[in-house]
Amino acid sequence: MTTSPRKKAAKEIIIDDQFCKGCNLCVEVCPRRVFSGSSKRSRAGYSMPQATDPGKCSVCFLCEMTCPDLAITVIEESP
Amino acid sequence: MLPLADKYLRKRTLPLIFCPGCGDGTVLNVFLRAVDDLGIFKDLSLVGGIGCSGWLPTYLQSDVLHVLHGRAIPFACGLKLTDPRRKVVVFTGDGDCVGIGGNHFIHAARRNIDLTVIMINNGIYGMTGGQVAPTTPLQGRTQTSPYGNLEPPFDVCELARSAGATYVARWTAAHPVQLLKTIKEGMEHPGFSFIEVMAQCPTQAGRYIEGTSNAAELLNLLKKRSVSLEQAKETPPEEMGGKYVVGKLHHLTGKREFTQAIYDNFPQEKSR
Repeated sequence: MTTSPRKKAAKEIIIDDQFCKGCNLCVEVCPRRVFSGSSKRSRAGYSMPQATDPGKCSVCFLCEMTCPDLAITVIEESP
Repeated sequence: MLPLADKYLRKRTLPLIFCPGCGDGTVLNVFLRAVDDLGIFKDLSLVGGIGCSGWLPTYLQSDVLHVLHGRAIPFACGLKLTDPRRKVVVFTGDGDCVGIGGNHFIHAARRNIDLTVIMINNGIYGMTGGQVAPTTPLQGRTQTSPYGNLEPPFDVCELARSAGATYVARWTAAHPVQLLKTIKEGMEHPGFSFIEVMAQCPTQAGRYIEGTSNAAELLNLLKKRSVSLEQAKETPPEEMGGKYVVGKLHHLTGKREFTQAIYDNFPQEKSR
């Protein structure tokens, strides 16, 4: 009997409020629509996006790689 | 903070100086991953010219030269020639590389010296206030071309290939995964590797040339305008206006590398 491969999941998605400049590129690039804009302010006063639906994350790291301010860290759930 | 940033960046310089949504940060992000994957951080020497993209190497905790406008490649050649074990990477912008330093660029490509040149192309002189650059698209409105740019832009990858570079690739800031693979390949290639990264500039190019300063919209524009090598073969040339081919455009192995040639010619220098 074959088992389906384990679905990857994110343990935690951190957006560092010291670095985020609120460009919202993560909202645009995420294929699963995990992020959305919010009114929460970063340290520099920009409105930061939030990972509102981390359960949908497939751990492709596209947001982490695209983030121009190195603010996003995706921690994968260990098997 | 991203663990990689904690490992490799100078913490007192953070956060990055770039405008919100700038493509330069994406290139730094991807470059850190490439360095980490290859494990070559202790051999790394970075050179940056003038311009927004020239700031990129100054954030890394490695050997860094931040030099005159357009003269990043000559300094890098000197670094490479004094110690061939160094992995020299040049970060330069479109104005720095083909505007001010165009002559240095074609001659380094001609010599096939083992450098990795990462040129970030935003199509404008962004840092100085948005003047027309040699890569500004036709009809692009900038501060110094208010009625539209009449000069056709450079195809820098084509220039590098014809000047003699042995590894030429082009990606955009919207393709970070492919860019990571290309940067790794370019750094391992023994010879002149040229990587052009088309990047969004929301503050200058976005606002004046594209008419929007929304970084996400500009990223989508970059994605829409990139044509893969396979698609480019089927696309007639008249439909290619304003678009660019992305991918590994040229890869030649076996051509003699300049540093090797020098040290072979003067064997007594090797023992020093």
